[in-house]
Amino acid sequence: MNIDVRKVAMLARIRLTDEEAAELGPQLAQILGYIEQLSEIDTDDIPPTAHPHDVAMPLRPDIVTNGNRRDALQQPAPATEAGLYIVPKVIE
Amino acid sequence: MSFETLTTWRARLAQGELSARELAESYLARAQALNPTLNAFVHLDGDEVLKQAEASDAHRAAHGARPLEGLPIAIKDIFCTQDGPTQCCSRILKGYHAPYDAHVITLLKEAGAVLFGKTNMDEFAMGSSNETSAFGPCRNPWDVSRIPGGSSGGSACAVAAGMAPAALGTDTGGSIRQPAALCGITGMKPTYGRVSRRGIIAFASSLDQAGPMTRSVEDTALLASVLCGHDPADATSVADARAVDWLGACRARDMRGLRIGRPREYFIDGMDEGVARAVDAAFETCRVLGAEIVDVSLPHTSAAVAAYYVIAPSEASANLARYDGVRFGHRCDAPADLLDMYTRTRDEGFGAEVKRRILTGTFALSSGYYDAYYLKAQKVRTLIRQDFEQAFARVDVLLTPTSPVPAFRIGEKTDDPLTMYLSDVFTIAVNLAGLPALSQPCGFAHGLPVGMQWIAPAWHEDRILAAASAYEAATDWLARTPELEGEQ
Repeated sequence: MNIDVRKVAMLARIRLTDEEAAELGPQLAQILGYIEQLSEIDTDDIPPTAHPHDVAMPLRPDIVTNGNRRDALQQPAPATEAGLYIVPKVIE
Repeated sequence: MSFETLTTWRARLAQGELSARELAESYLARAQALNPTLNAFVHLDGDEVLKQAEASDAHRAAHGARPLEGLPIAIKDIFCTQDGPTQCCSRILKGYHAPYDAHVITLLKEAGAVLFGKTNMDEFAMGSSNETSAFGPCRNPWDVSRIPGGSSGGSACAVAAGMAPAALGTDTGGSIRQPAALCGITGMKPTYGRVSRRGIIAFASSLDQAGPMTRSVEDTALLASVLCGHDPADATSVADARAVDWLGACRARDMRGLRIGRPREYFIDGMDEGVARAVDAAFETCRVLGAEIVDVSLPHTSAAVAAYYVIAPSEASANLARYDGVRFGHRCDAPADLLDMYTRTRDEGFGAEVKRRILTGTFALSSGYYDAYYLKAQKVRTLIRQDFEQAFARVDVLLTPTSPVPAFRIGEKTDDPLTMYLSDVFTIAVNLAGLPALSQPCGFAHGLPVGMQWIAPAWHEDRILAAASAYEAATDWLARTPELEGEQ
């Protein structure tokens, strides 16, 4: 199988060096080649499983439980200012 | 004395033979002496451990003992803890301190446990050998040239080497059971939904489940009883998740009349002969103990690894999108623009295996491939669930080898990702079906521990705990411990 590994890496927002791309291309092809065996299994009329048990998503009351912890939650951020996350300029 | 069980320490602490501080000091001394060789811990702050132990002694004196009062429990680096770093053994989380405790960490604290450092693991739990850790590989205490298994390799090593009496692990495709088997200890993945995932760094959310790694089956029941329970903040945590007298189930030590299924697909060509012999002997022991052995078939077993390596990387690619250099973790130097920041941050922060899985998942979910890969794998997942349902109509539990081979050498499989993926061939289907399973020691092959795996229907951990404790009582594997240089 031929995979455009650079296109996939861009979708995943990961820069690849030339060496990484050269190594990952064949590895992904090998992994996806192994996965190909799934196509031989008859799954007509078989529903997909997204959750291992047949349970309904529970609802809980829409109430505040942990208050405002903005400072604690922003403490691990690389750059903040006045409660905002600082990132490179997006709009000129 | 480092190889005593939690249950023994609990009794000795209750009788006042020693204090929680003395117990913590003894494990700290051993862990610090052995860690340069084994690399089981990536963080261990002695002062922090002793402070907790002293608080536990004070609590016992003032209010009596809670279920895990004063017992040191090592924590896989995947669990968020307010104290100390939580780095998931990844460069992208270097220096990260979590702003809150994982739900199970809160439960351990409320039960009086002493949090005993952070253990080594494969980066983001992606690996079967602990070799993808950003902190370097952990080593198997039975042979330090070999891997401890993964991803919870540091937790398994710590317990097997007597550096801690018990540990927490997580299991997405076998990450508790396979290292438990390869290090000669007991580990259980509870039914999906038993243990809250809140504050456990996410890998594949429909598969991830935390559980205990201990010396004895009773210790597993003791620790699991604390970890299980409903958490409204995890939507997949079920309402009646609390354990039902699992310690009682253990103490019966009885498997008379138990129908044990032997799935023929788990006894494959290419399996190590020593592993096969050990597991065959265990079946014979169970027969002698009064169990009935029934041949069963799980016909879609051979597709489980392929389905898993679509589903788990797909979920991982979504979960790991959060590491973007904005809210936490690593950010590259001097980004030119937002796209440059994302792509360089993620290139620098993630190791090779994590990148492979993110790219595999991104591809499987990408436009034009979704139906052929992700949807197809989810349908095969249904067939795998149905296999187990049909088998459990005939038997009470299943018994299989945990891993087809004992611990392999460091570096032996790192050049070939696919061969590494096949290490989990016996553990993956259980996660896809959301079932409980336990690995326990059942012998040795080439001087290395062999583990076997009990699998039960969803919510029936009691069956495997009863069977495993009966087997443990009839054998002496629990008494075997590794000999380590630098021991004191």
